[in-house]
Amino acid sequence: MFSGFMVNAWLVASIAAVVAGLIGFFVVLRGAAFVAHAVPNGSFAGAAGAGLLGINVLLGLGAFSLLGALGIGVLGRRDRLDVATALTLVAMLGLGALFVSFTAESASPAYSLLFGEVLGVANNQLLPTALLALAAIGALAVLYRPLLLSTVLAEVGAARGIPSARIDLCFLACVALATTLSVPVVGTTLIFSLMIGAPAAARSLAKRPASALALSVAIALATVWLSIALAYDMNLPVGFFVGVLSAVAYALGRGWAAWRRRGPASAAAG
Amino acid sequence: MSSALRAIIEPGFFASSPVQLALEVATAVALVASVIGVFTVIRGQAFAGHSLADLNATGGAAAFLVGVGALWGFIAISISAAGAMQAVGIERRRGRDLATGIVLGAGLGLAALLLYLVSTTSHDSGATNLVLFGSMFAFSSSTIVPVVALGLVALAIVAVVYRPLLLSSVSPELAAARGVPIRLVGTLYLLALAAAVALSCLAIGAILSTALLIGPPAAALRLTRRPWLAIAAACAIALTSCWVGVLLAYDSYYWDWPPHQDGWPVSFFIVTLVFLAYLAARTRSPRSRR
Repeated sequence: MFSGFMVNAWLVASIAAVVAGLIGFFVVLRGAAFVAHAVPNGSFAGAAGAGLLGINVLLGLGAFSLLGALGIGVLGRRDRLDVATALTLVAMLGLGALFVSFTAESASPAYSLLFGEVLGVANNQLLPTALLALAAIGALAVLYRPLLLSTVLAEVGAARGIPSARIDLCFLACVALATTLSVPVVGTTLIFSLMIGAPAAARSLAKRPASALALSVAIALATVWLSIALAYDMNLPVGFFVGVLSAVAYALGRGWAAWRRRGPASAAAG
Repeated sequence: MSSALRAIIEPGFFASSPVQLALEVATAVALVASVIGVFTVIRGQAFAGHSLADLNATGGAAAFLVGVGALWGFIAISISAAGAMQAVGIERRRGRDLATGIVLGAGLGLAALLLYLVSTTSHDSGATNLVLFGSMFAFSSSTIVPVVALGLVALAIVAVVYRPLLLSSVSPELAAARGVPIRLVGTLYLLALAAAVALSCLAIGAILSTALLIGPPAAALRLTRRPWLAIAAACAIALTSCWVGVLLAYDSYYWDWPPHQDGWPVSFFIVTLVFLAYLAARTRSPRSRR
């Protein structure tokens, strides 16, 4: 389980989990689950376009996830955010359908893009993934305080002179960066589950932002490691385990929070 | 005159029976999606509408494995997903996106497993694509009866709860004060949404389903705030986009590019037209709706 090609899988999936745990914390805090779904999902068009032009998939993914993030940011300023997100997403998916139909070969990469190919990570994918992850973590470290302030207390942030529109765009760009690095290896579905399930569970367990952030990364790592081990053991797709385990983590987190609110004594009695 | 017309409409457009069927189904789906979609946009449940469409991949794959028609898989997964979203808490404005996202993530995980099992049992690599993207020119005429029936069910639910639904969508507090059973109305509406999405996924695939559900109503609500007018405008935009989209897709079989003659996908045309209509409507009314 820890030899040869599996080493790459463990490494890359761990990197993706750390980034997803960090960025997902803000995704959950901002209630931006739809954005976290739309940007990776829409970047599918970029991968299809890269396949059509014969260029590196990372370039296509990066371009389209940034384009999607920008589209959502710009359209969302003067309309409901969910409407802007939905329409940006379908516009990108429509382009993706066009690119796929232009690609002559009939076997399309749809499944591996959606659910990832964790067990097929090549050596030359390691370095770009690690570099992009460092960039995402660096950007988040710089943004941490203004982002937290404008998320939790938008009015105070505005009063302190934090430009909320620009912060929004920076945050969306971070989501795009996380997408670009993780979609080729873990797929759009998986990265979305990681960005939602683990941070949501962490949030119901820890109240202080720093400890919630650390817990979020820990839960994301545990989810990914357990999923790879189970997938390797049972010879089933990793995406299934990540999706289900993320939901289980969230349910456990909520259950624990409810149990603590009621108090252990009354829970034991009733 | 006729040569100019021929340049726009390639010969055989009106005689082709796949085109006829595509137009009929597109019309039915566009009308239902527009009516339901106006409420979806007002209620801010675009994410739920899109998630239900995505989750139909799970239902389609499950139906494929069990060996029943895709429609039954779509209906079963739509209703159970809508129920799960309601249970996790879609009514609360704050936690709504999270509730939808958790259900979507778990459902897509299940889809990963089911699609994998489909690919190992049937060696049919096209199943993933068909379930995800649908194909308007490729369904049989036997699907038109369930499509219309589902659409009528969705419209009937909305017609029955029209006034309380509208009130609780625009102002939940006012509706609660007037004694409207908000939770019941919300659940009924979510069922109508699930039926409408199942229907449009069956007919036109998950991408187009979201495009038609959100695009025309969002554009219409930029143009007018009166509900009936918005519904009518949304229907007009959706129908125009669908008809012109089908026409362009048919024409594209005769285009010289790309070299291999498969035509351009109809979903691309319709999505692009819907998106352009939305952008055009945005320029008309600059007021903020946030």
